[in-house]
Amino acid sequence: MEVGRLPISASQRGKLISAGYTSLSSLSSLSPSDLAKDLNIPESEALEILKVASLTSRLDKQDGNHAFVNGAQTAWDMLHEEQLFPRITTSCADMDEILGGGINCKEVTEIGGVPGIGKTQLGIQLAVNVQIPVEYGGLGGKAIYIDTEGSFMVERAQQIAEACVVDMSEYNDLLRKGNRACQVRIQPNDILENIFYFRICSYTEQIALINYLDRFISEHKDVKIVIVDSVTFHFRQDFDDLALRTRLLGGMALKLMNLARNYSLAVVIFNQVTTKYTEGSFQLALALGDSWSHSCTNRVILYWNGDERYAYIDKSPSLRSASAPFSVTSKGIRNSASNHKRIRMM
Amino acid sequence: MWSHDLFIRVLNLAGKKKKKKDTERRRRRSGVMEKKLIKEMGLPKSIANVFAARNITTAEEVLSLTEFELMQLLDVGLAEVASAVARISEIACPPYQTVLSLMKQRIRKDNHGGHLPTRLKGLDKALCGGIPFGVLTELVGPAGIGKTQFCMKLSLLASLPTSCGGLNGRVIYIDVESKLTSRRIIEIGTESLPEIFQIKGMAQEMAGRILVLRPASLHEFTESLQQIKVSIFQHQVKLLVIDSMAAVVSRDYGHAALRQHSLGWHISFIKSLAELSRIPVVVTNQVRSQSRDEACHYSFQAQSRGKATEVPAGYDSHLVAALGIHWAHAVTIRLVLEAKSGERFIKLAKSPISPPLAFPFTITSSGISLLNDDGQELRGTEISTIHCQGHNDIINFNGNGKGKG
Repeated sequence: MEVGRLPISASQRGKLISAGYTSLSSLSSLSPSDLAKDLNIPESEALEILKVASLTSRLDKQDGNHAFVNGAQTAWDMLHEEQLFPRITTSCADMDEILGGGINCKEVTEIGGVPGIGKTQLGIQLAVNVQIPVEYGGLGGKAIYIDTEGSFMVERAQQIAEACVVDMSEYNDLLRKGNRACQVRIQPNDILENIFYFRICSYTEQIALINYLDRFISEHKDVKIVIVDSVTFHFRQDFDDLALRTRLLGGMALKLMNLARNYSLAVVIFNQVTTKYTEGSFQLALALGDSWSHSCTNRVILYWNGDERYAYIDKSPSLRSASAPFSVTSKGIRNSASNHKRIRMM
Repeated sequence: MWSHDLFIRVLNLAGKKKKKKDTERRRRRSGVMEKKLIKEMGLPKSIANVFAARNITTAEEVLSLTEFELMQLLDVGLAEVASAVARISEIACPPYQTVLSLMKQRIRKDNHGGHLPTRLKGLDKALCGGIPFGVLTELVGPAGIGKTQFCMKLSLLASLPTSCGGLNGRVIYIDVESKLTSRRIIEIGTESLPEIFQIKGMAQEMAGRILVLRPASLHEFTESLQQIKVSIFQHQVKLLVIDSMAAVVSRDYGHAALRQHSLGWHISFIKSLAELSRIPVVVTNQVRSQSRDEACHYSFQAQSRGKATEVPAGYDSHLVAALGIHWAHAVTIRLVLEAKSGERFIKLAKSPISPPLAFPFTITSSGISLLNDDGQELRGTEISTIHCQGHNDIINFNGNGKGKG
């Protein structure tokens, strides 16, 4: 029964069915006033039903050639658009390289790892790096930082912001051979001013905030990254009903994906690690279960390999699975010390 | 939920002088907004009535359902449900702050820039001034290494007047294993801060500010935590110490439970306690030997596994923190106390504000003290491993051996 799929209320659906309208085609050549009479409802309501029905039937008919259908886009256009958007650098050239140049806008990237590996550090680094001005190959955007764990340290954000400004002015000197005409105008305090910090204390607040973000970002269009540190915390503590948890997480992931697409911004979600019994032994795996692992476009795992920190692309539709070393220094995330390459500013 | 009623009462007791705006922020931050009633949210009358008729009264109930579930339940169209959910979300979500205003607010409100100085120069420098307010700091180490010594010293420091570098407040010390001895606290005080403790009556006043709780079970521990929530606001409590968290669990459930027990409620509660009251919270954790089946690799690391097992298996190389990975995610700063080739070290194993440094230390009658303040930077696996090698031979007491632990 096709009308069963229409996003209309149950009583309207009941009226449609009892009046004999079961397929979408039966609604296609109908005027609102006829329908209103048949169902004994106001004309405005009938008009709404017809609108919804025509939208649904149009979506059903759509095939590959019709790029002019609302909301569709050809792969060729998408390629162009991808090239238009610069990526957000992680400040570690090796990690940027395996990520295809940095964190991609319009996508949701999930990053997980054991405690102390540097998840929050990477989060703060990205919140700072998104603000690198366009002249320096950055995005010149703002950041939303959603802290569910209370692990965000203001002191650390300040250190990383200061180091970022120093790096930019060094790069400036290098490029202009000491010509000081073009000074770095951005100050560490400006960087801190442009990070919107939300502290979330329960899963209800987390859902409410994700719902509200759409409105918030439409009022702050220069936000280019949304960081959730971590998505796991409240969903791990307060839940007994796992089916409900899966549903809520699924809804949240979908909303974040829509945000990323509609506003061309990067969404970075941090996840915790748990142990999982597979193939006869315990192994580390990211938390929240298997159905959650489908909800992010990219998945990066940070792990210890011997004495060094590594990032590994666990899942991505466009990137090869690869790993790269990185280190956490007093200035923030940087290249691994054993491998003395200069940090690229892109 | 746990915090709601209690919290409102606390605010009624303590918040009378506070500005309304401040109270509002606290209310929002404590999760009261999710309990806010739908009928007070200014929704269109028609839909508000539908919610009321279906007995959906709080934001939490609405947001636990998907939009389609709501359509089914309320029998209204998608557009109306979507706009109602958007409105409810907007009200239930907490306000934002820029990081700059957060920083300015912390500088304005907190003593010592939001840190409790430990008076161990190197450590204070690495931690930007000491044990930070508002987050969990964990001490991990083998038995007898000096965790309790460190906790006692911190308690003393927090109780000192502000003019002497303390926080001038009370301390709540949850002493699960009955290891705290008041005589040792006073000894540490008189030896390390003679100029203060020679003043008559000072020792009594300082020691009088440290409240010791000795819960006998996890249940009792939970109850005391709930009581503490109220007293922190009433009694100027400036430091909370829990020594030790692992003992709370292992005594009730046995050592096997340490790895699995999730302590979910306690983690949330202690973290929000620290944050709402902006005090430092210090928690100790024990060590246990790592079991063979324990995971330390991801599935994609399978090939490197053979290599990892070749690590020379000294008898001390398999110690890990007693509470598992879930707990470790919750602590913001982890300090490891360990003994290696006859020397004791305090290591910054997890800290978002400082590089991984190790400081050699010793325990004397005046408490814990560093042998040098520069610290030695650690790399890789060294950061998180816990050594326990022959520290029993080097106990360096002038006293009569009191206060191990």
